[in-house]
Amino acid sequence: MNELTEISTENPVSGADALLRAIIAEGVDTVFGYPGGQILPVYDALYDYTDSLRHILVRHEQGAIHAAEGYARATGRVGVVIVTSGPGAANVITGLSDAMMDSTPLVVITGQVGAQYLGSDAFQETDVIGITQPITKWSLQVRHAEDINNAVARAFFIARSGRPGPVVLDIARDAQIGQVQTPYSKISYIRSYNPNPRINEECLHSAAKLINEAARPLILAGQGVTISGAEKALCDFAEKASIPVASTLLGLSAMPSGHPLYKGMLGMHGNIGPNYNTNRADLIIGIGMRFDDRVTGVASKYAPDAKIVHIDIDSSEFDKVVASTVAVHGDAVRVLEGLLPLIEPASDRHEWLASFDACRNVEVREVYSRELHREGDEPMTMGEVVAAVSSATGHDAIAVTDVGQNQMMSARYFQFKNPRSFISSGGLGTMGFGLPAAIGAKIGRTDRTVVCFVGDGGFQMTVQELGTIMEYGIAVKIVIMNNNFLGNVRQWQNLFYHRRFSQTPLLNPDFRTLASAYGIPAEDVKTRTELPGAIDRMLSDSGAYILNVDIDPADMVFPMTPAGKPVDTIMLSPDKLFDSSML
Amino acid sequence: MTPQSNRQLFTITVYSENCVGLLNQVSVIFTRRCLNIEDVSASMSSVPDVHKLTITTWADRPTMEKVVKQIEKRIDVLKVFLFTDDDIVYQEIALYKVPTHRLLEEQNLESIIRHHGARILEMTPEYTVLEKAGHPWETEALFDRLRRYDIKQFVRSGRVCVTKSPIEYIDIFLQEQNRRKDEPTD
Repeated sequence: MNELTEISTENPVSGADALLRAIIAEGVDTVFGYPGGQILPVYDALYDYTDSLRHILVRHEQGAIHAAEGYARATGRVGVVIVTSGPGAANVITGLSDAMMDSTPLVVITGQVGAQYLGSDAFQETDVIGITQPITKWSLQVRHAEDINNAVARAFFIARSGRPGPVVLDIARDAQIGQVQTPYSKISYIRSYNPNPRINEECLHSAAKLINEAARPLILAGQGVTISGAEKALCDFAEKASIPVASTLLGLSAMPSGHPLYKGMLGMHGNIGPNYNTNRADLIIGIGMRFDDRVTGVASKYAPDAKIVHIDIDSSEFDKVVASTVAVHGDAVRVLEGLLPLIEPASDRHEWLASFDACRNVEVREVYSRELHREGDEPMTMGEVVAAVSSATGHDAIAVTDVGQNQMMSARYFQFKNPRSFISSGGLGTMGFGLPAAIGAKIGRTDRTVVCFVGDGGFQMTVQELGTIMEYGIAVKIVIMNNNFLGNVRQWQNLFYHRRFSQTPLLNPDFRTLASAYGIPAEDVKTRTELPGAIDRMLSDSGAYILNVDIDPADMVFPMTPAGKPVDTIMLSPDKLFDSSML
Repeated sequence: MTPQSNRQLFTITVYSENCVGLLNQVSVIFTRRCLNIEDVSASMSSVPDVHKLTITTWADRPTMEKVVKQIEKRIDVLKVFLFTDDDIVYQEIALYKVPTHRLLEEQNLESIIRHHGARILEMTPEYTVLEKAGHPWETEALFDRLRRYDIKQFVRSGRVCVTKSPIEYIDIFLQEQNRRKDEPTD
């Protein structure tokens, strides 16, 4: 169906048909979904659009929404999900909440029972709007076919603009079946919603003044930099003013790992330099980030000597956790471009910049040595596996992670050359995210190597998506970092719960046999000497590939700022705290 | 947690599109922070097609400022204002249903009605409905006065309010939004 007659009173189409045309008109060529009773009219219409709209049939709706998240994060485009009512809709709730926390643009279409059945506890009816309102940017129930065009137009505009987020359209069966007589048109204006706030010049000048006066400024770059496409503007800004840059978990890859001003990751398991120096800085410049509690530690002891410049497109983030001295409301790229001419080149920040190197030396000595440089028969660590894979890809792959130790180790030891190269569930911390998100990322970026780092626990939460990989031949490289434990919980039990490993050991299946059932080549990697060859075989294979790597269950992620402590309280090992005399 | 002593009664007014589920979108933001809504009223506003919610709640100011921003972030919400009682002229209405024969025992019925500025809306042989508009303590005072006549029903509306400010900020906001409509977009 390449030639479509425009919808008109003479040429009406069904609501389902109009919905798919509208999605295509928004530039969508891939959707993730799972059919069911109350979305059948849409799936019937889809049968006629298979050449312009690729539908990825997942194995569980949770897989669909995480795949759409991975797709959106890898490409910057809106991820689209189609599921049925009731259980189908309920199964995307985790993903919606995840996308809301991580500002991921999604449009999720849920089928809904016929309008006359609404509210009657009909078969497969659930209150999708009531459930999703708190965890979506916007949600709307569509009961009439003639409302579909406007609903879709608003949905895409809202999902992708401003601070992106997930949108739900709950489409009653009547609306799918009814007639639409008007053609689709996009929108770029909603009276009650202003996604492009005008930047306040006074705030911009106040921010510039604070930056120019600062002796020890530190930039905290969040995912807003990536979403805004401000990667170059960030580098220009940091370079002109000689300001060190630290990244949040989701901000990773916005600045290349090798950039001389890039000083590492913030947060509970971040690098020593950025965390320790946060509490030595006299100015914190947060860009497209939200001072999450994993970044700030205990907020009352956060950056006590610093003024705060907070740049964000979401004004509800200002003063939510940390009080800002100057808040600049706007799109990161525009704010940074506006600041650039107001910033004076600084030449006297050598000592401040060098202080990060001193911290790094401590980290190399105290942590990297233990994590990255084991030898011989010692059991493998997650860090050395991540570092080896990163190196084998030329530091140019997309790393998708699950949640837990595998995530923190990937964040710490994977290196980046290009933006949108780190995809992880940050805010919600959703185990089971990794595998389907990697599928979505690879579908969106077939030109790039996509590596999924996942633990043995999280892998099994969405392991059914191996079926999706098999069906569509998706060349995802999966590295199971297998310690037969829920490693991160074990770490907390080890450190804070008297080594009472309550419900964290896992009896796992033979993952290689499981992979073979799906026709996916897999290897067990039991020793250090096998690792490089296995990685090479995985990366040189043209399709999906699984490495099941034996990891030391005693391996723990350090450095670590314990929950409720200031960011500069940093554990280097279970019994050693960082202190400034080590510098 | 913020000390209880910093809590005060806030009135917030929410201007929004008139759409299904708007009240739920707003109320869950209170729920998340375990804030109790003392009273709520919803109606059309002076601006055509703009709906207005008036909500009162006990909280501390930093919390309420965050709540206001989080409500304003909702797509269907136009603008939210945060007030204390000093900023607004406010009123609520109360109805009292009292057995007529008990009221007629009262020698001073006229003086009660005059004193409290109440009025009789309906009188039947069985019951009488009185109405009183005012501040909460005023409607409560009449409740206390009528208590001995065996009040059968008592109901008090949510607060309605208008600002004391001479500037109508919602009008300015809407003008700004309409201007934006004509601006080029990216």
